[in-house]
Order: sequence, then structure tokens, then C-alpha cells
Amino acid sequence: MSGHEFQSFFPESGSIDHTDTSTAITETTLTELRQIAARYPHKRSALLPMLHLVQSVDGRVSPAGIQACAEVLEITAAQVSGVATFYTMYRRRPAGKHHVGVCTTALCAVMGGDYLLETVSQKLGIEPGEVTPDGTISLERLECNAACDFAPVMMVNWEFMDNMTPDKADQLLDDLASGRVVKSTRGATLTSWREAERVLAGFPDGRADEGPGAGEASLLGLRVAAERGWKAPEAPHTEAISDGKEATQ
Amino acid sequence: MTDVLTPVLSANWADERPWKITNYEHRGGYSALRKALVQAPSQVMDVVKESGLRGRGGAGFPTGMKWSFVPQANPNPKYLVVNADESEPGTCKDMPLMLASPHTLVEGVIISSYAIGCKYAFIYCRGEVLHVIRRLQQAVREAYSSGYLGRNILGSGFDLDVVVHAGAGAYICGEETALLDSLEGRRGQPRLRPPFPAVAGLYACPTVINNVESIASVPAIIEHGARWFSSMGTEKSKGMTIYSLSGHVQRPGQFEAPLGITLRQLLELSGGMREGHQLKFWTPGGSSTPILTADHLDVPLDYEGMAAAGTMLGTKALQCFDETTSVVRTTLRWVEFYKHESCGKCTPCREGNWWLVQLLTAFEQGKAVPGDIEKLLDICDDIGGRSFCALADGAVACVTSAVRHFRSEFEAGMKTPAWELFPYQASALFGARQEVHA
Repeated sequence: MSGHEFQSFFPESGSIDHTDTSTAITETTLTELRQIAARYPHKRSALLPMLHLVQSVDGRVSPAGIQACAEVLEITAAQVSGVATFYTMYRRRPAGKHHVGVCTTALCAVMGGDYLLETVSQKLGIEPGEVTPDGTISLERLECNAACDFAPVMMVNWEFMDNMTPDKADQLLDDLASGRVVKSTRGATLTSWREAERVLAGFPDGRADEGPGAGEASLLGLRVAAERGWKAPEAPHTEAISDGKEATQ
Repeated sequence: MTDVLTPVLSANWADERPWKITNYEHRGGYSALRKALVQAPSQVMDVVKESGLRGRGGAGFPTGMKWSFVPQANPNPKYLVVNADESEPGTCKDMPLMLASPHTLVEGVIISSYAIGCKYAFIYCRGEVLHVIRRLQQAVREAYSSGYLGRNILGSGFDLDVVVHAGAGAYICGEETALLDSLEGRRGQPRLRPPFPAVAGLYACPTVINNVESIASVPAIIEHGARWFSSMGTEKSKGMTIYSLSGHVQRPGQFEAPLGITLRQLLELSGGMREGHQLKFWTPGGSSTPILTADHLDVPLDYEGMAAAGTMLGTKALQCFDETTSVVRTTLRWVEFYKHESCGKCTPCREGNWWLVQLLTAFEQGKAVPGDIEKLLDICDDIGGRSFCALADGAVACVTSAVRHFRSEFEAGMKTPAWELFPYQASALFGARQEVHA
């Protein structure tokens, strides 16, 4: 140990990118930001979904987006950017049309996630955190995405791509690059990262009924129970109102 | 005797479109709500108390008791916040539940809100699960259309609004007070307690925060009764729960069983470890719970059993690793996670995890030096219990337990890189295109 190296603790830290002032925010966006604020008893609670909406419009958290949130919520731009820079999902620079993530937290990494990330990175010619020159795909090294029974896991636009292999990843990237229709293994037809952000802001895209109810791994216990005739105890026929005296043994 | 597996929460997951309200109702969904609304809120709370339901998010605190801490005389609004931020490495039970059957949660939210006198509830779901959020949003809309949400629910005079709130990528927001700050539109950093959320939580008002699975268990308890629920499980760990088996097992997946099942039983149901391999180490409930070994296959997976084995039941995320896996590498990856996810508020956690990663990297590379194991444990001692929240304790739990059970691997890390001791290729499910050392 040579001692503490004085690097910034958060590698992606720093303020919003003020060199890029472009924006697509319109009156409609402002109206929608106010709609989000109106969902909450205290409007500041709306800030996270509002920033998701800003990303869906501007492809990142833009200076204009910060200003718009600040005005709607009647707080300072510094307060907004203080929040925006805390959360991993908020981007300082534009994401690709499709945002691809590879989980490399311990379990996925051990089961092949490291190889997947290497494969994807080499194929795209970019490192995690970068975007392909044509703007089609951005790549992120993900942390556990709550799908460990489907490891190794990738995500595209925050949709599950379960049980991945290098070959499947290859095909996925080819399909995304060529604009073919791709379906999540446990979700909807992939749209785009920006459209996903809009849903996260609370504006549904009508795709909730697509995809399965559950993946096979999710159903494993249910299937085993059915095979062996196991089930939860029969419910008593009496009313389940507490009398305070029900012994449990 | 109850059966080995007892699907209740997962019973409808294989149904046709189980996420639609009509299909949920067809199975008897929302009848528990009708039953609850004709009782007094305090009666509903009593049933949940008597059931013995304990928090399924990791800490195992009795749910009904948590509810009873809400001061009903407090004139401020009361809030219910569902913690759907599931991000603990290995944990993957709440997402399939909300994807397949979001109405189980929504019905639980309505009944629980009624019990504690809440008129405005939130489901705080991590943002990185788009389809889960779609299904939750739709379920809430459907519940409004059917009169289960909004004004004068089912003619009872009870009003409730529910907001589905998407987070933005911060593990720390699964910590309940950080979640509250985040839900107030701030950086997600834990608060000092007391005051506890039950007294001063969201907007400084009385607030109950419960895990998805805890709230989703409420409709079945109301429907079938406290005695039915507590007929499953062990003496102090009542009811059924979802166990998530992952890693080097033949068939990973979700198993709903009474509390107290053992890993040996679960492995038997999932076909054992992958062909030709043996279990080396495992987590009982995510990476924040100290690891166990093959010596612990028969310890009951309940709150007491795990505590007696020096660990915690946690989220029942059973990550199983076989003999090909390097403990040093795995521990490093976990600590890298905590380093990234430390919110930065408390110095021991913010700086300490940074140091742990550097030391563990040296062990992985075979470049650790004599004294580094002691230094590792010393740093752990400076992190655990010295921060506002449990993230710090979780971060060091995997390190100290790894050293306790596999000290020789750390000693080997002073001479030989982990990838030479345990070629990484052997742990993966497929070959590398080109050998890489992470």
C-alpha cells in the first residue's frame, strides 16, 4: 500500500456539462414537468422523475433541464444539480439510442459477466462509459440488477436480457445496430433509452402487457411444487378476525 | 406438517397474464381488501401482529409492531412507503413478484394503508427495471378504475392515493431513511435516528416503510388468518417466504417455502450444484450477510438459525459458489460494489471501502504482503458500526467472514494471483473468447 491516492471519489463526478447548452425542452416539456410535480403532496418529491423526463427529451441532464426543474420546483439550480449528480442513472453526456449494460457484480462476474463485458466492449470498440461514434449504443458496467437467477445478465434500455452468452450478446448488438426488432427476454419490444426514461418519469408507453408474466427461473419452485403435489396449508373456514387468543402451536 | 414448498405469493405467477386485474380477481384477488374494510383498522393491525410476519427486506423486524409505532394521535398525515429498491447483490425476489403479480402488492398497500391510517402511499421502485415499473403503473391505474383506489374505496369512506416512484440508481436508497430523503427529492443519504420514521419520516410525518414482500404477504394473512400464516415456519420465524437460489446450481430460481427450510433441501429441489462440482461458499441473504460454507447446509434458513450461525437471514438471496471460485476475487467484487454505492456521508464507509478495494486488489493480484490480512481486518473494524447506516456493516461482513472461513486463500494472495489459483474460466458458464484478467 503506497497510501491514499487523491483521486476524486466518484470518477463520474463533477458538475453538469455546461459546455453543451443544446436543448429540446419546449412548453410541452414544462407542462409535463408540472404534471409530475402535481402527483406529490410536496412538489420537490417529483425531482427524480422530472430528471428522468429531462433525459428523455435532451438525452442527458442538460443545463436547460436543470433550470426547468429548478423553476418548476422553486428551488435553486445548484440544488437540482446536487441531486442529479448523486444518482448513477442520470447522465452528464448523451446516451446512445440504446443503452447497453453488463452486470459485473460478483455473481454475474464469476459466472461469465466479465467475459461478456470484454466481448461487448471489443465488438463495439468502446469502453464502459462511452458511446459508439454513430451514437447507436452506449455501454455501462452495471451493478446487480436483481435478476441473479438469470445470471449472467445484461440490460438494454433497462429491460432484462437474461442468461446471456457471448454469442447471444454478439447477435443482440448486431440486431440493435441494424435496427432489427429485439425483444427483452422478460419484457417488451426494445424501444430506446429515451423512451424508457419517459416511462420512468411516469408517462406509460402502452407496452405493459407485452412479454411474459415470469421467466422460467421465477417459476421453478412453483413447477417443483406442482410435480410433487405440495401446496400451502388449507385455509380455515372460520372468519379470520382476530380474537387475540389464537394459539399458534 | 406443512409441505416443503408452499406457494402463496407466487401461486399465480404461471397463470395467463397474471398481472391483469381481472385475472387477479378471478383467483380471489381483492377479496382480502373487502374483508379488511369491514373491520376496524386496529383489528387489521392486530391480525398482522398475531401472524408473526417479520420484515422480509432483511432486518426481520415484526411488521405489525412497526405499524403500531405510528402515533395515531399525531395530527400530521401518515404515509406508507414500499421499499421496492431491491438492489442488494444476489437479491431477486421482489422484481419477479411485481412483474408477475403487481396487484398482490397493490392490494397489500391498500390494506396496510387502511390499518395505519394512511391516505397517500408510495411504491419506491429502483429505476433500472423498466418492465416492472410498467406493470406497477398499470396495476395502480387498474386499481383506480375498479374503485380500489381513490375516494371512498368500495363505499367504505376510506380514501387512498398511490404513486409509483422510479428511483435513479443508488443502492443506498434501499436504506429506509436514505429512501425517504430520495423520495423528498434529495440526494439519498441516511438520516440519524432517532427520530425514527414511524414518528418523523416522510416530510417529517409518521411513516411506515416496508419491503415489497412484507406488504405483499398482508392480503393472504387477512384472507386466511393469522393462525393459518403462523402454521407455517418455525417458532419465531413465521410464515412462507421467497428464497432465491442463484449461482453454480443446476437450476437457479425462486422457491416459496415456510421459513426454516435448509439449503440442503433447496439444493435438492434445484438439482444440486452443477455437474461434477461441490458447494464451496454461499450467502444466506445477499452480499451483506456473512458467507457460510458447506458446513452450514443443514442450518434452518430462518432469522434465529442464521443468527446462531453468525450471519443473518437477510433477503434470503442464496448465492451459491462452487470450488472453482476464488473467495478473494468474489469478495473484491462485492467490496467494489460497496465502494461505489457508499453515499459518501460517513467518513469510515466512504474512505474505508476505498482502502479495502485497494487491499483486496493486491490480494487478487498476489501482491499482498505479510500483515495485510491484519490490516484488512483492522480497516473493517474501523468501518463496521461506525457509520450512520448498515451499508458499512454489510460491506465488511463479506470481508471478515471470507477471512474467517478461507484465510488460507488470503495468505496465498501474498504469492499467487487469484486467477492462477482459481482460473476464472472454470467458474464461468461459457468460455472466454480471449482470456482476460479483470
